[in-house]
Amino acid sequence: MTHTLGRPDFELIAGWIEPGHRVLDLGCGDGSLLKHLIELRGVQGVGVEIDDANVLAAIKNGINVIQGNLERGLDEFTDQAFDHVVLSRTLQTVRHTEGILREMLRVGREAVVSFPNFAYWKNLRSVLDGRMPVSEDLPYQWYDSPNVRFFTLLDFEDLCNKMGLIIRERSVLDEEGNPVSSEVNFLGSLAVYRLTQNR
Amino acid sequence: MPGQSVGAVELQRAHFDQPLHLRSGGVLPAYDLVYETYGTLNAAKSNAILVCHALSGHHHVAGHYAHQPENIGWWDNIVGPGRPLDTDKFFVVGLNNLGGCHGSTGPSSTNPATGKPWGADFPIVAVNDWVHAQARLADMLGIDSWAAVMGGSLGGMQALRWSITYPDRVRNAIVIAAAPKLSAQNIAFNDVARQAILTDPDFHGGNYYEYNTRPVRGLRLARMLGHITYLSDDQMGEKFGRELRNSAFSFGFDVEFEVESYLRYQGDKFAGYFDANTYLLMTKALDYFDPSREDNGNLTATMARSKANFLIASFTTDWRFTPARSKEIVAALLANGRNVAYAEIDLNFGHDSFLMEDAHYHGVVDAYLRNIKL
Repeated sequence: MTHTLGRPDFELIAGWIEPGHRVLDLGCGDGSLLKHLIELRGVQGVGVEIDDANVLAAIKNGINVIQGNLERGLDEFTDQAFDHVVLSRTLQTVRHTEGILREMLRVGREAVVSFPNFAYWKNLRSVLDGRMPVSEDLPYQWYDSPNVRFFTLLDFEDLCNKMGLIIRERSVLDEEGNPVSSEVNFLGSLAVYRLTQNR
Repeated sequence: MPGQSVGAVELQRAHFDQPLHLRSGGVLPAYDLVYETYGTLNAAKSNAILVCHALSGHHHVAGHYAHQPENIGWWDNIVGPGRPLDTDKFFVVGLNNLGGCHGSTGPSSTNPATGKPWGADFPIVAVNDWVHAQARLADMLGIDSWAAVMGGSLGGMQALRWSITYPDRVRNAIVIAAAPKLSAQNIAFNDVARQAILTDPDFHGGNYYEYNTRPVRGLRLARMLGHITYLSDDQMGEKFGRELRNSAFSFGFDVEFEVESYLRYQGDKFAGYFDANTYLLMTKALDYFDPSREDNGNLTATMARSKANFLIASFTTDWRFTPARSKEIVAALLANGRNVAYAEIDLNFGHDSFLMEDAHYHGVVDAYLRNIKL
């Protein structure tokens, strides 16, 4: 399966976003996803990014990028300013997990969260073999990984339940980016969720 | 440094006869503005960038004068062919603001009503007054709308004010190391600086020109104080530490520490050419600056009037106008759904960072300007 951006979760996310919607992409990198959404869906996009090189790349891409640290919250954004707030492959790098999820649903109607599933069978096998997993979706060595939280689909869904977040939709992908429909916590390498909360 | 200098440049002077009514209630019946331009205005007149100066700046932004090769513009490192303000693409305009002391009408200019220098009678000018005066210069140059208005510090405040006062005449505003209004601490520093000047026996109520003297001591102190606030603690530590000019303490009040020597030198140099009345006016313009005052302090409501796209940049070590102050502007723009990019640049030079040459900082400005469609 080929993907326009080499990021299968991007295509899923793009499919969930209506034309003209307001989208906030947290940890937007060089702004590829937003650029894709702007060109494809005509969204109004804003990105938040901490890294200097990525901020520069996002400005080159013509993205509304705000340099900042997600761990410090999203104070510069007003309540319900966005239709979708995206956190793509970044939740596992954030210490204040509950804080960022709450902030996402404060500033946006819907949170879109993707993260690598630690319980993916290849990851489990790697640990059973005595090694920390390195894979398509966990592409780091233990000593240079930006990831600080390791969790599974089941763990994440427990947290959503505890926080009273509503899972509107879930898509699970294998390492090749193909959809997984059974035994998702075992066969899925990357999970993408749409979350809301009752107001 | 990458790119090239604009080379030899010439000062130009524009005279305006239409009275300018000022925010303070004062009126300037006529005035001159000195300015410089770099690059070529295109046929559509759509490639003009206005560079606004900060407290002690002026019209000589870039290049040098043919007869003074050492007199290089204050922001030369960012203007020129191949530099972020690329003069192969843009027509760059710099001017000296009203109340200045570098050729535009100011307190040291002759008051036509008296035939003497304006001195204390020169009216208080506000940032918005400068913007109105700059708009008349734009009219004269045939520029309906600026591709960008930009500046650092007080210059950034002018860019912000432009976007509010003339929303249809600014397509992009680049606001660097600025704030939407001064804090109490900012105003306090300004007032100490003013007190140093106002209490100098040579000040003569602002009419020192008539006494053939200048309040050099006060101006020197004002600059020394200001200078401390432009630098970062780390930078001063690295640059001077506790180094002594001589190896041992002298147990007296002469210059001993290198930092004292540096500050006194900066103070002397500045007091040698800058006009004390201009310093007073510039600091008051800073203190009064607060566009949100028109909306009961609601900056979001104020920024709703702007239509420009924005690049906001701050510096991590700037404690005079911290990144948090820039983020107030960012938040107000975001709340209005305006296009805004914000970069928080890690440079070690405090508030003065905006004048420094740094690959990432200039890269950000360059990347932003490259995307501007003319």
